[in-house]
Amino acid sequence: MTGTESQMVEYLPVILPLVWAAILGLAVFLYVLLGGYDLGLGVLFPLAPSDKDRDAMMSSVAPFWDGNETWLVLGGGGLLAAFPLAYSVMLPALYIPIILMLMGLILRGVAFEFRFKSTRYRWTWDMAFSLGSVLAALMQGAILGAFIQGFQVTNNQFSGGAFDWLTPFSVLTAAAVLSGYVLLSAGWLIMKADEALREWAYGIAYNALVAVATFIVIFSVWTPFLHPDIAARWFKPANMVMLSPVPVITAASVVALWMALNRRQRYTPFLLGVVIFLLCYTGLAVSLFPFIIPPDITIWQAAAAPDSQLFMLYGAIPLLPIILGYTAYSYWALWQAPEHDAYH
Amino acid sequence: MPELDPLLLSRIQFAFTVSFHILFPAFTIGLAAWLVVLEALYLKTGKAIYMETARHWTKIFAVSFGMGVVSGVVMSYEFGTNWSELSRRGGNVIGPLMSYEVLTAFFLEAGFLGIMLFGRERVPKWVHFFATCMVALGTVISAFWILSANSFMQTPAGYRVAEDGVLHVDDWWQVIFNPSFPYRLAHMVAAAYLTTAFVVAGIGAWYILRERSVPHGRIMVGMALSLLVWLAPLQLVIGDLHGLNTREHQPAKVAALEAHWETQRRAPLILFAIPDTDAEKNNYELAIPALGSLILTHEWDGEVQGLKSFPPEDRPDPIIPFFAFRIMVGVGLIMIAVGFIGAVLWLMGRLFTTRWFLRLLVWVSPLGFLAVLCGWFVTEVGRQPWTVYGILRTADAVSPVPGGSVLTSLILFVLVYGVIFGAGLYYIAKLVQRGPEETPHVPEEEADLSHRPMAAAGSP
Repeated sequence: MTGTESQMVEYLPVILPLVWAAILGLAVFLYVLLGGYDLGLGVLFPLAPSDKDRDAMMSSVAPFWDGNETWLVLGGGGLLAAFPLAYSVMLPALYIPIILMLMGLILRGVAFEFRFKSTRYRWTWDMAFSLGSVLAALMQGAILGAFIQGFQVTNNQFSGGAFDWLTPFSVLTAAAVLSGYVLLSAGWLIMKADEALREWAYGIAYNALVAVATFIVIFSVWTPFLHPDIAARWFKPANMVMLSPVPVITAASVVALWMALNRRQRYTPFLLGVVIFLLCYTGLAVSLFPFIIPPDITIWQAAAAPDSQLFMLYGAIPLLPIILGYTAYSYWALWQAPEHDAYH
Repeated sequence: MPELDPLLLSRIQFAFTVSFHILFPAFTIGLAAWLVVLEALYLKTGKAIYMETARHWTKIFAVSFGMGVVSGVVMSYEFGTNWSELSRRGGNVIGPLMSYEVLTAFFLEAGFLGIMLFGRERVPKWVHFFATCMVALGTVISAFWILSANSFMQTPAGYRVAEDGVLHVDDWWQVIFNPSFPYRLAHMVAAAYLTTAFVVAGIGAWYILRERSVPHGRIMVGMALSLLVWLAPLQLVIGDLHGLNTREHQPAKVAALEAHWETQRRAPLILFAIPDTDAEKNNYELAIPALGSLILTHEWDGEVQGLKSFPPEDRPDPIIPFFAFRIMVGVGLIMIAVGFIGAVLWLMGRLFTTRWFLRLLVWVSPLGFLAVLCGWFVTEVGRQPWTVYGILRTADAVSPVPGGSVLTSLILFVLVYGVIFGAGLYYIAKLVQRGPEETPHVPEEEADLSHRPMAAAGSP
């Protein structure tokens, strides 16, 4: 073994967990965007002006929901593979919200198939779609809140109670994620819907943006109080300068999104929604890094054996761009909503 | 109130959710491959009938695939929610295998499914065909990885156990291509094709009997039969090889599925018995002498290990594997017989007019699912008391979750799966009832239909 090679081997256990944290971070972020607008449509479903609009909303996402959800599966499967300790602590700790989220995803998922095949019981699948989406979105938000708060761990196992995840903080994160998803789905409809439905979506977007902005302020104040460590890293003078762009750009994006809605722009609302999500995500990463089970376990402690992480990386590096490529092609090829809506 | 045992409840829940899930891949793996063939035939011959048949079955595929997806997502999380110690200790090995399944199979299926279902009029013909191929390829790649992971848990290889009990990989090739994997993969993929073939044959026969869409029905029966006539006997051979492999690596499982208590030469083939685990013997046994040895070892006086040669704490309970194995083999023999009779009738030119045989095809059409479920019960229950054979006991693999949580989730799964299974079956029955649409004259209208929301499955 040459000198550089042995150095490489030495650095692998340091670098690989960082790489995998980045890949999983990307997977979860893509899920939040894609699953977000997807679930948000279900949340808005019962509020839509007409049954025809509901048809349009559902068919705008019908070709994509499976692909969107696959990022969530990659998040789960990737966590098991890259950070088995984190997976084995978090999932039992989050048993109830995960099961409820899965129930929600099942109900809304089958609704895509069943709704248009039923006549008498269509309302059942309308309800399944929207209640399933609301349930999944709320549980994802609660999971986020519980994750930020951290888990009680003894001897590498979760040692807390079945309802540890349910706190005022996680209730609020649940509401915040729901409103964020609604903002994304309003942006999606503004891009995809016909004029009447689009106008309705602009109205929804205003309300969702107010809610999202309010939640951002609340969490910016609240999160630092959860762990003194989080406060320390945001409010240390040196860091404050470094990190100050995050809140500033977030505020600017909120204002820009408001103006884009005023100008009735078609594509900027969704894109700015994505930017706001990205900034919140960055803020969260700054608060938690490098902990994967706050406040004790870091990504290095939870990491799989370097050999396992490396083995997956060989596949992930070529495969992820290919996946992004054909996913983009599918969105491009099926983008144009059907012009003649033959549905009766 | 008695203490709720999270281990038992987790086992029941996993058995229930995975049994529910496997029904859909068992059907869609074969169906996707058949759709590829139909579309290829259409592209090659230009005959509308292939296209109409493909369109019809694509709708049925869409419903089944959707149910497979939603019940499959559950599986990938249950490894953590219910079997977190398996995840923590086995994550280095099974984690990458399952991640590769997501990266190489799930994305491929999901990415091209939209084009396959909704893109027929929106992308060039060859792109649509390519998308169908990719979905079909995805189903097979998915089977590859998940069966590799399962086979590792049956016959682990290429690993070492660290001091803290965590598994590490020494050789990925040995891990992936572990001793039972090639047999299990071949056996399961063949089972999936057979399952699909029987469903397709049954529905085709039903059309012929009803004198509706008869040309389409003939294609269904003909194509299904030309597969199962050779694949059903081949499956018996694969199953036999799989059995030999199991005897080598998991002798306790073979002893359980044959209900052999004593180690013996010239072991009998037990046709029926009620195994009594406490008394370590069989009641009401009906057996053929020496045939057991012949089947298991391919020698009349081959030695067959009995359950008593394993310590009681290392034995699987024989009841479920014993009966499940007999049902599976029975179904396999029926399949071979049906294929043989069908071939004879076909050669005599009477396949599509012999009503009793067509009726038989309708009746046996769901048998593949039964065989698949029974096969999995044999191999999974037969692996007990281990989750990873010889390394990690099931009792040590379970999550630190209270029994009440697991009972609640189990009840929810039973309710929700019950409802969606009933609904799915009902809507598939409606699609079958409606039959293939023959619309060769008005291609413009056709385009409209496919643009309906959820057009993949169409509206009533």
